[in-house]
Amino acid sequence: MTEKRIIEVREDFPILRQLVHGKPLTYLDNAATTQKPRTVIDALVKYYSEFNSNIHRGVHELSQRATGAYEDSREKMRLFVNARSETEIIFVRGATEAINLVAQSYGNSVLGAGDEVIISGMEHHANIVPWQLVCEARGARLRVIRLTERGELDLDHFESLLSPRTKLVSIVHASNAIGTVNPVKHVIARAHASGVPVLIDGAQAVAHFETDVRDLDCDFYVLSGHKLYGPTGIGVLYGKKELLERMPPYQGGGDMIRSVTFEKSVYNELPYKFEAGTPHIEGVIGLGAALDYLQGIGWPLIVEHERDLLQYALARLREVPGLRFIADPCERVGVLSFMLDDIHPHDIGTVLDQEGIAIRAGHHCAQPVLERFGVNATARASLALYNTRGEIDRLIDALLMVREVFT
Amino acid sequence: MDPLRELYQQVIVDHSKRPRNRGKLEYSNRKAEGVNTLCGDQVTVYLEVENDVVKDVRFEGGGCAISTASASMMTEAVKSKSLSEVETLFEEFHRLVTSTEPGAQELGKLAVFSGVREFPVRVKCATLVWHTLHEAIRNKGGGA
Ligand SMILES: Cc1ncc(COP(=O)(O)O)c(C=O)c1O
Repeated sequence: MTEKRIIEVREDFPILRQLVHGKPLTYLDNAATTQKPRTVIDALVKYYSEFNSNIHRGVHELSQRATGAYEDSREKMRLFVNARSETEIIFVRGATEAINLVAQSYGNSVLGAGDEVIISGMEHHANIVPWQLVCEARGARLRVIRLTERGELDLDHFESLLSPRTKLVSIVHASNAIGTVNPVKHVIARAHASGVPVLIDGAQAVAHFETDVRDLDCDFYVLSGHKLYGPTGIGVLYGKKELLERMPPYQGGGDMIRSVTFEKSVYNELPYKFEAGTPHIEGVIGLGAALDYLQGIGWPLIVEHERDLLQYALARLREVPGLRFIADPCERVGVLSFMLDDIHPHDIGTVLDQEGIAIRAGHHCAQPVLERFGVNATARASLALYNTRGEIDRLIDALLMVREVFT
Repeated sequence: MDPLRELYQQVIVDHSKRPRNRGKLEYSNRKAEGVNTLCGDQVTVYLEVENDVVKDVRFEGGGCAISTASASMMTEAVKSKSLSEVETLFEEFHRLVTSTEPGAQELGKLAVFSGVREFPVRVKCATLVWHTLHEAIRNKGGGA
C-alpha cells in the first residue's frame, strides 16, 4: 500500500527518471542534499517568468506579487516548525549561516572570558567551527559532550558539564554521520533548569519527522532548505522573539534598517533586522513550494515509509558479510554509515557509482565523530521519502559485487 | 573489459592489500607529506638520494586502493632511478592517467593504471603519491 504510493511519489521527482552508467539512478545521498519535486522546480521558473522583482520596496505590481510570495513562504515555515510568530522566522543561506549568525550575534554579546559553550561529540563542522571562532575571540571555552559506544549522547557527562559558566548549548537533532536522533527535549529542559539557552541543529531532522519548536521549547532551531526538498542557498533560523530582539544585527545593509544617517542607524524590526540586503527571493519561494509539497504528502506517510525502509535497510545490510556499522543508536533517522571489510569507502563509492548508486564516501564534514569511532572515512547511504525496498536490494547486490572486486 | 575491472586490476588490488615498501625510512634525506583534500587521505614519501640517484624509497599512509597501490608501485618503479629519470616517469604517469595520448616511454608495470582515466574523480588518488614524491625530491635536507 505504502510502497505503491511511493512509486507515485517518485513520479514527482523528474531527476529520478534517469540512467546513470546505463543503470537506473538509485539516489542514496539524501543527507548531502535531497532531490526536488517538479512543483519546486516549477515555482522557480514561474517566479522568473512571471513576477521577478525586488521585494519590500516596490510600489509596482510585480514587486507586490514577489513580496507576497516571499512572505507567504515565511508563514508556511512558521506553520511547518510551529513557531509562535512569523517574526521568529529568519531566512538565511542555510544551517551553516544560521549557526554563524547566532554565534556572531548572540555568542559575541553574551560570552566573556572563562564562559563556556557546550556542543556534542557528533556535531557537523558547521556546529563546531563557528563556536571555536567566537570562543577564541571572547576567551571562552568549548566543552564537548561525550558519546557512548552506541553513538548516543552521554547524558551524565552533559549534566556534569552544565555550570554557571555555561552560556549556550548547541547540539544536533539528528546526526548526519551516524544517524542518531538525540533526546533534544530532555537536553533543553535540563539546560533551561540552569538558565541556559539551547540551539538545535535540525538540518538532518526536518525532512524526516515533524518539528515543533514550541513543544521542544528550544531557543534557536536551524535548518537548510536543500535537505528538505527545496532549493540550495536558502535556510532558516528560528529564534525566540525575546532573544532575537535583544541580539545585535549580524550584517548591515539595506532592508535591515529603518533609517540611516551618518551619525546613527535605527534597525528594522524582526525578522528584517537579520535579513540585510536583497535576499534569495526565488530560494524562499521554492522552499515554500517544498513545504506545500510535504504537506500534500503528509507526515504519516513519510514517517511510516521511512521507518519501514530503515528497518529493511538495516536488516539487509547486516546480512552483508564483512559489513559493520560504526554506531548503533536506538533512535535514528535513515543515515547508514558503514565499513565493508577493510575496503576504503572511496573504492566502495566508485563501484556503486558504476551501478548507478549514489552514496557518500568520506568524513561527512564530521571528522571528530568518525575519529571517536576509530575511522577516518565511512560509506554512507542516506534515505528519503522516495527511496524504495527495491533500491535497497540494488545497494545490497552492489555491495556484494564490491567484495568480489576486492577479493 | 568493463571499466571497473579495468580500474581495479588484480595487480592494483594486490598492491593495495600488500603494499611494498610501506613504513618509515629511518635514514632518509628527503621527505614530503601530501594530502588529498577531497577525502583527507595522507601520504608521506621518504627518499634516500645519493649522487642524484634514488637509493631507497618508502611511504607511509595512503588510503583507498588506488592511492595505496599507486604508492606501492611508485616505490618499486623509482628505486635505483636517477632523479631526472624519476621526473620523466612522473610526467609519463600523469599523461597515462589523464589522457589517451600515447606516451614517449614505456611505463612497464605502471601501465595498469590506465583504467583510472575513465574515472576523473579518482585521478587525484593515483597521482597524490607522485606529486608528493616530486615535492620530496625538491626538499633537500628534509630527512625523517
Ligand atoms: C547536521 C548538519 N548540520 C549542518 C549542516 C550544514 O548545512 P549547510 O551546508 O546546508 O549549511 C549539515 C549539512 O550537511 C548537516 O548535516
